[in-house]
Amino acid sequence: MKLIGIAVVALIAGSLLLPAPAPQEKKEVSLTNVSYDPTRELYKEITEKFSRAYQAKTGQAIVVNNSHGGSGAQARSVLGGLKADLVTLALASDIEILEARGFIKAGWQDRFPGNSSPYTSAIVFLVRKGNPKGFKAWSDLARPDASVITPNPKTSGGARWNFMAAWGSVTQNGGTEAQAIDFLRKLFERVPVLDTGARGSTTTFVQKKIGDVLISWENEALLALKEEGGDQVEIVYPDSTILAEPPVAVVDRVVDQRGTRAAAEEFVRFLYTDEAQEVIAKWGYRPRNAEILARHQNALPPFKKLFTIKEVAGSWTEAQKKYFSSGGIFDQIYQPR
Amino acid sequence: MRRRNIPGFKTTMGATLAWLGLLVLIPLARLVTTSSGLSGSEFWKAVWSPQAVAAYELTFGAALLAAVANGAIGLLIAWVLVRYQFPGKNVVNSLIDIPFALPTAVAGLTYGSLYAPKGWIGRFLTPLGIEAVHNRLAVVIVLTFVSLPFVVRALQPVLEDLGTESEEAAHSLGATRWQTFRHVLFPSILPALLTGIALAFARAVGEYGSVVFVSGNIPMKTQIAPVVIMGHLEAFEFDQASAIALALLVASFAINGGINFLSRWSRRHEQ
Repeated sequence: MKLIGIAVVALIAGSLLLPAPAPQEKKEVSLTNVSYDPTRELYKEITEKFSRAYQAKTGQAIVVNNSHGGSGAQARSVLGGLKADLVTLALASDIEILEARGFIKAGWQDRFPGNSSPYTSAIVFLVRKGNPKGFKAWSDLARPDASVITPNPKTSGGARWNFMAAWGSVTQNGGTEAQAIDFLRKLFERVPVLDTGARGSTTTFVQKKIGDVLISWENEALLALKEEGGDQVEIVYPDSTILAEPPVAVVDRVVDQRGTRAAAEEFVRFLYTDEAQEVIAKWGYRPRNAEILARHQNALPPFKKLFTIKEVAGSWTEAQKKYFSSGGIFDQIYQPR
Repeated sequence: MRRRNIPGFKTTMGATLAWLGLLVLIPLARLVTTSSGLSGSEFWKAVWSPQAVAAYELTFGAALLAAVANGAIGLLIAWVLVRYQFPGKNVVNSLIDIPFALPTAVAGLTYGSLYAPKGWIGRFLTPLGIEAVHNRLAVVIVLTFVSLPFVVRALQPVLEDLGTESEEAAHSLGATRWQTFRHVLFPSILPALLTGIALAFARAVGEYGSVVFVSGNIPMKTQIAPVVIMGHLEAFEFDQASAIALALLVASFAINGGINFLSRWSRRHEQ
């Protein structure tokens, strides 16, 4: 029954999100950008700037509609028929699913610079002001006096990044897989609530004041800091962490059908321009452009040690299968011993 | 067949079947075909994994507790609303329907922020050693809230029809208050009470929106079955998600069938 409910909601949401036909000029082009949850503010500003730049360059009016939701749910909407010209999702595996079903051609990740990720982010800790429990390293999160907030990796893409960061903090620093399982089992014993999404966990930590440390995207932590005024929480950069590369792709099947390929590709190229990279830095994501990143190093300081999903697990598709599918490592952690 | 005012059997029955087919039967058939992509052992593995079993226990257990609690409190509320006159009665009467109208996510959010350890109510409970969010108690409480109206609304018309004559007769024949309730009132309202409990139970089993905000969603402990389904969907395991949905459907159907049987049995028993 739930499935049907979800399908109906997705259909209604999908139909609302579809671009309305433009009545005044026939020439106006529209694009639909299907993105994940925390990028709302970022893409709102970028699409405004893009529309202006595009009209100045080509003389053509353009409207970009942004749709946001959980990364996996968004990928499912596209599979279910939501006409997305572009997908800008949290996990490469969500785009790989579209590739496997023929929506996107193979090799999409090499079509644009930096593995098709115009910005990166990383997983950091958000702690109570003054860091009263002195969290510095991943190993601190398994201490008996710690209470850790992170969303459920089964339902949240962000939580999967958190999980792989914790995992990599063991295996990328000389630890074995058995030690990593042991560490994660202890860490998840310290988690009182697994919200279904990243924003839910931020609310639990900041508004409901539950837990000592929130594992979070850097951009989400910076946003929480900004909204709350910086007198209750602060960011801790752990000893090592994972580099998140949220990828973007043009949905070949849709743009070829709608004749919007040129505009969609122009949009992705725009994300790499100085103008867009500045907006990216402003909203707490790390721009690919090293110069612009350096200019913002007060808010975005250099990391001590970074590893990638490729180093930890090979790829997101492999990670998904090994860690988060039924009976995978996450399920084993919650198995009665 | 006698003549009726309504258009006729063929038309009305045809419309009924078409409507039910479109809205209920076709989606259900689709659910079955989606999960039939799994082999027998895969189906069994998805439906009977330790996480799924723990989630069924919580979902059905908490729904049953909530339905029974509403059976007791709902009977009391219906009694008060039917038998007594008091100022503000209409307001109280309409408050009962709030859980019908309120989006359940709103209920979950409100409950969660009130009962959080530093929330308005939670701050008084914490020193007493009571935790009322992110555990099974929280699940039972929100389910009791969302299923509140069913028992009250099922009992009200029956109590109104019942009148006071039989009670007065029992009293004049020397029955005590308890005997009057046990042997005169209770048998007449039992079928309606069971129907109300069955509806409340069905509603509570299907609830998702409010529970996810307060349960904590910890696998094996506080994770309800719909969250397990969402987890499968996120992993693009559509077959497994449908399999668990199907298991829930069959279980709900069986339990509701059981309660309806009890309700019919008690009705026959009474006559």
